[in-house]
Amino acid sequence: MPAPDFDVRYVATLARLNLTDEETRTFQHQLADVLAFVDALKKVDVTGVEPTAHTSDVFNVFRDDVARSGLTSAEALGNAPRRANDLFVVTKVVE
Amino acid sequence: MSPQDIPFLSVGALRTALRARECSPVDVIDALAARLEKVDPKVRAYLSHDLTGARQAAAAADVNLPLGGIPIGMKDVLNVKGQPCGCASHILDGYIAPYDATAVARLRAAGAIPFGRLNMDEFAMGSSTENSSKGITHNPWDFDRVPGGSSGGSAASVGADLAFAALGSDTGGSIRQPAALCGCVGLKPTYGRISRYGLVAFASSLDQIGPFTKTVEDSAILLGLMAGKDPMDSTSVDDPVPDYVAALAGAKDLRGVKLGLPKEYFIEGITPAVTKAVRAAVAHCERLGAEIIEVSLPHTEYAVGVYYIVATAEASANLARFDGVRYGHRATDPTGLLDHYMRTRAEGFGPEVKRRIILGTHVLSSGYHDAYYLRAQKVRTLIRRDFFQAFEKVDAIVCPTSPCAAFKLGERTADPLQMYLADIFTIAANLAGIPGISVPGGFDETLSPGKPLPIGLQFLAPAFAESNLLRIAHVYEQTTEWHQKRPAL
Repeated sequence: MPAPDFDVRYVATLARLNLTDEETRTFQHQLADVLAFVDALKKVDVTGVEPTAHTSDVFNVFRDDVARSGLTSAEALGNAPRRANDLFVVTKVVE
Repeated sequence: MSPQDIPFLSVGALRTALRARECSPVDVIDALAARLEKVDPKVRAYLSHDLTGARQAAAAADVNLPLGGIPIGMKDVLNVKGQPCGCASHILDGYIAPYDATAVARLRAAGAIPFGRLNMDEFAMGSSTENSSKGITHNPWDFDRVPGGSSGGSAASVGADLAFAALGSDTGGSIRQPAALCGCVGLKPTYGRISRYGLVAFASSLDQIGPFTKTVEDSAILLGLMAGKDPMDSTSVDDPVPDYVAALAGAKDLRGVKLGLPKEYFIEGITPAVTKAVRAAVAHCERLGAEIIEVSLPHTEYAVGVYYIVATAEASANLARFDGVRYGHRATDPTGLLDHYMRTRAEGFGPEVKRRIILGTHVLSSGYHDAYYLRAQKVRTLIRRDFFQAFEKVDAIVCPTSPCAAFKLGERTADPLQMYLADIFTIAANLAGIPGISVPGGFDETLSPGKPLPIGLQFLAPAFAESNLLRIAHVYEQTTEWHQKRPAL
């Protein structure tokens, strides 16, 4: 199914995902099928219909502005792949 | 009580046995360990478990608590403090949960012992558990077939009496569909009924935690203990939690109950055995006094499409957190930050997760957002409205859980779209936020010679009408014998 405006490699870069050539070919084909399938939604008349973001009838949930305990520094860092001096180590961003 | 009999007990029956001192909590863990050793190598429901820790917890258990000393299996998507929580993904290899999910904490406070890590489709994305990066789980009724998904390990553990009950999560049917395929009860509560805090997020506007159990009564017990407002989840609803178990008391028939039969749910692609079982179940409900009314859910055909836009869009945003900095896998020797992200995520995520992240990123991207995401949200409104209108006429809807019984391992893995259609009868409930339950409703004797395969019957009810939903399902269950049949293991 053709989907000329869907470029899987471009979208994968937006999503920060390296793809192999084989993945690129397979996903391009499979996701074009899925996009063709969801194109059926274009048949629905949605004039004047409000979008639903979620179904829970709760809005503006507040709590008292008081401090509460959370994870300790050691707990928060416990799963970090790299850490030093009680901090997460992030790959260099600027030269 | 003979140790061999213990694993087959329901939560309610086990509680009674523990309180009568017919067995001790340590006996229960020993009996479970023996069962696991014998059966789990064939089913492979569990990714890991800690019998030593469970025995220690059992030795200290107070059986007077509502779930005192009762082990409850955990899908690998729920944080249980001190245990791995890997979502069956390599990107979370080695991750140890630093806190309890609220649902887990509430069960623990009720005396339960959170036990084991149950297999699942990676990040709950799938309908067969074949997308797990940790290996497949087998259907206890036929090892050549899938247990369903995404909570396939949870369903198989309860279906194979490798757990008294288990927790799962349901984003588009991930509790109800595997429960149907493994012959157990699976409940997806109303969106907001149980806190999602500590559930690793897939699609935040659709995800709900719920129980897998051997009886509807057990589902009522677990729901009552987990439900209610939680300050840690702003979408949890502050609605009173009724006594769900009391709601079942004395229910013997369905007189005065109006059951809706959605005409759009009997479609091409549904197997003859499922159609036959559901028709028979409807006739049975009618004999019990229910009034059967045909209802229309006219936007049903669009539900799968809406789901795969909304769910993947939310997933692409939620899974952005897996960046190899705070937890999880990190690519070695990155040349820069972009390379760090691109390789960490490429190495950590499996194919289905990548597909969905890409689809979700596409439908949210500039130029496509309105055409896909916004339109899907509007059609979601129409799907929700269909249910509002149906529930003006009926108390609950009855329909199949899945269009077919368990399919063969490998049968659908090459065609994602075909796999997505496995959820055709369950997805709309998540989009509408309403509760649904799957109960054993018959067997398909035709697919697998000598191996009957369970068929699930689904009931759907209006938001926060779980008492009524459970009562109807309980009456159906207690007046049929499907739930008493166990797989030959």
